[in-house]
Amino acid sequence: MKGKSRQDYWKANVRLIATLLVVWFIVSYGFGVLLVEPLNAIHFFGFKLGFWFAQQGAIYAFLVLIVVYAWAMNRLDREYDVEEQ
Amino acid sequence: MDIQLLTYLFVGGSFVLYIAIAIASRVGSTKEFYVAGGGVSPIANGAATAADWMSAASFISMAGIIAYSGYDASVYLMGWTGGYVLLAMLLAPYLRKFGKFTVPDFIGDRYYSNVARTVAVICVIFVSFTYVAGQMRGTGIVFARFLEVDVDIGVAIGMVIVFFYAVLGGMKGITYTQVAQYCVLIFAFTVPAIFLSIMMTGHILPQTGFGATLLDAAGNDTGVFLLTRLDQLVTELGFSAYTSGTKSTIDVFFITAALMCGTAGLPHVIVRFFTVPRVRDARVSAGWALFFIAILYTSAPAVGAFARVNLIDTVDNTAYESLPQWFRNWENSGLIAWTDKNADGEVQMSAGDPFKGAPVYTGERGSHGERLLSNAPTDNPGEVYIDRDIIVLANPEIGNLPAWVVALVAAGGVAAALSTAAGLLLVISSAISHDLLKKQLKPDISEKGELLAARIAAAVAIVIAGYFGINPPGFVAQVVAFAFGLAASSFFPVILMGIFYKRMNKEGAIAGMLVGLIFTFSYIVYFKFVAPEMNTPEHWWFGVSPEGIGTLGMIFNFVVSLVVCRFTAPPPAEIQQIVEEIRVPRGAGAAVDH
Repeated sequence: MKGKSRQDYWKANVRLIATLLVVWFIVSYGFGVLLVEPLNAIHFFGFKLGFWFAQQGAIYAFLVLIVVYAWAMNRLDREYDVEEQ
Repeated sequence: MDIQLLTYLFVGGSFVLYIAIAIASRVGSTKEFYVAGGGVSPIANGAATAADWMSAASFISMAGIIAYSGYDASVYLMGWTGGYVLLAMLLAPYLRKFGKFTVPDFIGDRYYSNVARTVAVICVIFVSFTYVAGQMRGTGIVFARFLEVDVDIGVAIGMVIVFFYAVLGGMKGITYTQVAQYCVLIFAFTVPAIFLSIMMTGHILPQTGFGATLLDAAGNDTGVFLLTRLDQLVTELGFSAYTSGTKSTIDVFFITAALMCGTAGLPHVIVRFFTVPRVRDARVSAGWALFFIAILYTSAPAVGAFARVNLIDTVDNTAYESLPQWFRNWENSGLIAWTDKNADGEVQMSAGDPFKGAPVYTGERGSHGERLLSNAPTDNPGEVYIDRDIIVLANPEIGNLPAWVVALVAAGGVAAALSTAAGLLLVISSAISHDLLKKQLKPDISEKGELLAARIAAAVAIVIAGYFGINPPGFVAQVVAFAFGLAASSFFPVILMGIFYKRMNKEGAIAGMLVGLIFTFSYIVYFKFVAPEMNTPEHWWFGVSPEGIGTLGMIFNFVVSLVVCRFTAPPPAEIQQIVEEIRVPRGAGAAVDH
């Protein structure tokens, strides 16, 4: 494997992690903590939306984030030919 | 069959299972003892991580804490699950590629320093013992209530079981036992949750029942949402609304961050990701772990809300004599107390403590048959003390569920406490036998000698943990913040920078760890022990409670490490090469002892 593509692999990896962590921050600290009061004005089934994010929604989002990450990284590993044999 | 017999059967049956697994997976090498031979499937590792992680606190206490603090308890729900995202993306795959046995091993090698290794070993031992003492106590309490034995005997039984499978089977034995324990504990938690959900809302899933409308006694839809009803009930009693919090936003933010980064930095969780065969398995396995954890963590807020409504409806303004049997059972266990302040023979609930301190019983019975107390009453109208820990344990009884469900919950509580205790004890034993003995004191020790040392260290750690379980230091509950705060302020930044910042050197890492550790430690000690009367928001720095201060310690750690490393020599070329290597999955072999 050439040095350049290894650098690119790492850059793509860091970019992916940064994107996913922005979502991670928004669903938990954003919706569940900082914006909880304004979101509570919105009703979502029987929940106040901010409260729902803090107690349920953030957890579902975390799970989706890890699944997306594992899938995208497997693809990246193959693309840059660094996957385990 | 009566509850007692069923409980013996369920708990006894689960013990037979754990011991059978231990015998089937006993180990003969240090690699098997430390990382289960490195061949655990990602799903099994996910289930084992979930059991390892979900302790007696998650199983027994969390739903009760949520029931009483509503929105404020969201810090635990988000904090203890959000950490897995950090673990999956920032730590687990790279540490797996690095392929060593323990967390101090990574820190010692990456920072080419035995000082860093020793600091890490001290943190591991401190964090783990803090945690494990509470687990042993949890086992004892479950035994005491359900098997009607002494708490101390309960602790001793727990010690013998853990001793058997941790010393015999090491990580391998623990892994497969934890998979079994996960099945027991999740079944035990969800069955009553589903029963309660169906009874109260008609929904099978507690997760959706949580947001549904309540049914009346005849099973007809009342059209009132559970959470609306709950807000109304608790505000009538003088509490703040269930769905809005009392903590400041900054404090909620800091506590959540400390719990997330602490989770990602806890050694007994990290080490589980060394046991899977490949880097990609480490990523997937973190997803499985969170999936298994989420089943409990998304049910718990529903259970908390159901229990709170049920409790208020059943107990408030009800005559003591007409209360259900569970009330007296738990009063006899010392976890419920009632003092008839207005002498009307009925139990009144209200915000605030009914009397000062924990209940002290005089040993006599009052005119209604209640246990009399010597505590000084407070001036609010509340008359009843209910320990939060009983919410999950008493739920099946409160909801009038069949006897086998009560027995199942007992087995689940024991499984939760034992699995976490075993994981922590193993981390302690490997830190001592591997990082202190093999890496520093006696490098020429044989494989057989190291394995023996690991077993002896595990046995000694169990005895110490059991001692703390039988004679709990009064501060156990006070120092839980330590475990997370210290993990967040010491381990998380050094591991993260070790992977993502090639230029980070040993001077920066050691300085950062020490600053984070000493700052967090001093802040917690000051507010919890030196001046507990000062432990109020107006005295806290920036309004951050001791529970959330690990986040600030972590920020200090980052800043100090980055500054110090700028003024000192960069790490040697071969270390920078190692960092390059751990960033790509290819070439990950089995975990090796170098």
